[in-house]
Amino acid sequence: MLDSLWNNRIPAAAVLLFAVGFTTLLLHRNLLKKIIGLNIMDTAAYLFLASLGYIAGRKPPIITDGNTDPAAYANPLPAGLVLTGIVVSVSVTALMLALTLRLYRRYHTLDLDKIYMMARDEQEDET
Amino acid sequence: MKSKKKTKVSERLRAWDQSSFDLTDALELNPPLPKAPTPEDRESLPVIDRIEARQFAGFRKIYPWLAGLLGLVMSAFLLLGVLKLPPYGAADNPPHNEVMDRYVGEGMHETGAVNTVAGVILDYRAFDTLGESHVLYTAAAAVLILLLSSSRKGEEPPELRRIMEDDPILRNTAKVVVPFVLLFGVYIILNGHLGPGGGFAGGAILGGGLILYAIAFGYESLERLINDRSYRVTIAACLCFYSAAKCYSFYCGANGLETIFSTGTPGAILSAGLILPLNVAVGLVVALTMYGFYSVFQRGRI
Amino acid sequence: MSFAANLPLFSIVACLICAALSSLLREKAAAWVTRILALAVAAAAAAVLVLALKTGQTTTYRMGHYPHPWGNELRFGILEPLFSGVFALVLLACTVGGSRELVRDISRSKRSLYYVMCDLLLATLLALLYTNDVFTGYVFIEICTIASCGILMIRRIGRTTLAAVRYMIFSLIGSGLFLIGVVFLYAQTGHLLMPNLKAAIAEIWASGQSRTPLMIAICLMTLGLCIKSGLFPFHYWMPDTYGYATPCSSGILSGLVSKGYIFLLIKLILNVFGRDVFYASGIQNVLYLLGVVGMVVGSVSAMRENDIFRMVAFSSAAQIGYIYMGIGLSPELGILASLFHILTHAITKPLLFLSASGLVTASGGDKRFRALLGAAHRNPGAGFAFAVGSLSMIGLPLTMGFIAKYLFAFAAFRENLRLVPTLLALAVSTVLNAYYFTRTLIRIFNTRDLQPTAPVRLRSQPHFALAAALLIGANLSLGILAQPLITLLRKGLAMVL
Repeated sequence: MLDSLWNNRIPAAAVLLFAVGFTTLLLHRNLLKKIIGLNIMDTAAYLFLASLGYIAGRKPPIITDGNTDPAAYANPLPAGLVLTGIVVSVSVTALMLALTLRLYRRYHTLDLDKIYMMARDEQEDET
Repeated sequence: MKSKKKTKVSERLRAWDQSSFDLTDALELNPPLPKAPTPEDRESLPVIDRIEARQFAGFRKIYPWLAGLLGLVMSAFLLLGVLKLPPYGAADNPPHNEVMDRYVGEGMHETGAVNTVAGVILDYRAFDTLGESHVLYTAAAAVLILLLSSSRKGEEPPELRRIMEDDPILRNTAKVVVPFVLLFGVYIILNGHLGPGGGFAGGAILGGGLILYAIAFGYESLERLINDRSYRVTIAACLCFYSAAKCYSFYCGANGLETIFSTGTPGAILSAGLILPLNVAVGLVVALTMYGFYSVFQRGRI
Repeated sequence: MSFAANLPLFSIVACLICAALSSLLREKAAAWVTRILALAVAAAAAAVLVLALKTGQTTTYRMGHYPHPWGNELRFGILEPLFSGVFALVLLACTVGGSRELVRDISRSKRSLYYVMCDLLLATLLALLYTNDVFTGYVFIEICTIASCGILMIRRIGRTTLAAVRYMIFSLIGSGLFLIGVVFLYAQTGHLLMPNLKAAIAEIWASGQSRTPLMIAICLMTLGLCIKSGLFPFHYWMPDTYGYATPCSSGILSGLVSKGYIFLLIKLILNVFGRDVFYASGIQNVLYLLGVVGMVVGSVSAMRENDIFRMVAFSSAAQIGYIYMGIGLSPELGILASLFHILTHAITKPLLFLSASGLVTASGGDKRFRALLGAAHRNPGAGFAFAVGSLSMIGLPLTMGFIAKYLFAFAAFRENLRLVPTLLALAVSTVLNAYYFTRTLIRIFNTRDLQPTAPVRLRSQPHFALAAALLIGANLSLGILAQPLITLLRKGLAMVL
């Protein structure tokens, strides 16, 4: 058990981070903290993915000396997937921050519960 | 609220040092619009009954425990899976199979890219990357929807003007640094098929350089280069080129035709077929999007 | 290779190019681009469907010069073009029928961006339907999330922004779980393309290796898609999202976007996890249970609503429950019923949102039932459309809703243990549906203390009339002549199984 945990220490750390991010995203009412949690969650997934491409003792897969023997290089596919994933995460973060900014300008708070209550009050004085 | 806004930079720094810095405060760099909801903003909405409000309060009490429990369950669940995975870093793990062998072994001849990762994302698995650049475009459009202010000629935010007027350090540093940053960004983009880098990384660096320039010298100084029109036209042109070029190469590939792009000599700057032009297109899109995010966040327009 | 096999690729790329160009266009031009695009995509889908019927098997389309497991691929049989055609037409109906509300709800400078988002949504729906690669699925899921958020929050009121934040949080948790599920799967198999994954999973399942990581991967991916499509305990984003968005967006979000995720899940079950593995894993029982509970809870919540949009939104939660119940029931008949219900719901729900908006506008913009008394007399066209939609939701004969419920019951009769609970859930949910939809119909057709006002003529709302005619026509014709459609679906399923 401990042995297999040590053998998989990087993926284990990654999934723990994922759970931390997941909990942060759920737990906090502050929108900025939620966004931080979201980023931790995404980054943990990419860490996990990147760790899959590592092969002990091998070079990064950039063929500078003409040696095309696959046994000399690490796996390029996870790196490519992580690259794709990072862009997705940047885009989503930008959108979430923009939403936060708009809510903040309207309600002057980042607390999601307070915003919810104020949005409710809005309708209450309407009716 | 008022007194908070007037705190000086030194006080802010001291507060930051004592870690009593409130993140919400930073947002007030951009003066909030203390506008009460206008009548047309409001709508006739249903009355919420009291029962629901009480349920909500009760739910709030148990919610943190529930979320914490869920997090613990999630981590245990995931750890259980990780423990049974093949060991980290071993050469015979499932991902290191015939897929990887071809990417590394044949990649240089088939795609012309010395950097195998660039070959994978822009040739072998190019459809993913086509989607990826559109994710960025979608987000840029969504941010425009959210934050584009209706007034065409917005004033520069006062905080920004202050930085520009009385910050010689920033100005002089930017004068020295910005050319190098931009040059480095261009290098990373053009070098994408030869070494680490590519359109996304290089574009982000270019965007950073543009943002620094805008902070130091003001948006007006960039207005002739990047305005609403040129921003939209460049991004649309780059994405259309990207989609059309990739569509052509997918079409040729699926129908067994040869493309007109040759892979050239691996290692030369003009090689690797479509990868270099695609990197340039992506780099432009990313640089403009990054600058656009900053500008729209700060002043509500490009 | 026949030319028609290229059409899925061309339609996806055409959507992406139109999306990029529409940001340069003015509102009117962008609207026409979207409409023509949707029609063209539907026509292309018809051509692909004919091809699939002719060849009688699924076609794998290589994206580039490299076959699987190296390159990306598209794969299509009968189901994919059929669904993409229907989705494109429904999107067309939504954007046409909701165009008056779009002008009311969205400021002028942003209307062309709305159509950009619609084009992107169409592209992602097509990609989710056609893709043969799970990571491509993930990328397009994210575009779908952002674009749906875009068409939701484009209406500048506080509630929609708040709804958008909630929607994003739920969606992002869903896609995060989906992503880490994909990573788990990749760690064990080393593949991302569906045929290779399926073979590798079957091998792991058959060999004596530990099945735990595999089960975890399947659980995470399924859970992610369930959250994103709004299955019962995760449906809390629905009422706000559908209730406060502009009606066109509500129609697209409820009718198409959540269905795209469910279709991807069905694809994963059949093409990746494999029918045998998935239905031996026990996850299907959880889906079944949540579906059944969702059917009842969604209907009860809808009953308690006082706002017509939120009522229709909660009814969506119940309908999602039906679909998951079918998936959980059995791989052939259950999924067949679910697929039929996806089409039913995609055609009916936008009609309800569009017509409800017509009724509300005729009642001075008040969405509460008190104000809607006699609304159908003020706007007879919208009243008729709402009536047809409601009857289809209740499941009266001659509508698609009836056929869907019939198929669910039919699938249940092949089960021993789950026969009674399925029938019971169907009965309870139908009664509840009938209760709140009939109550609404009685209210809007009420003639008591009716102010004599000139009713809104159909001629004065040609866009709505066109969209409603398309949706009602589809609903009734497919409800009366359902057999060809069922045969198509059955053939399509047989191709994949």
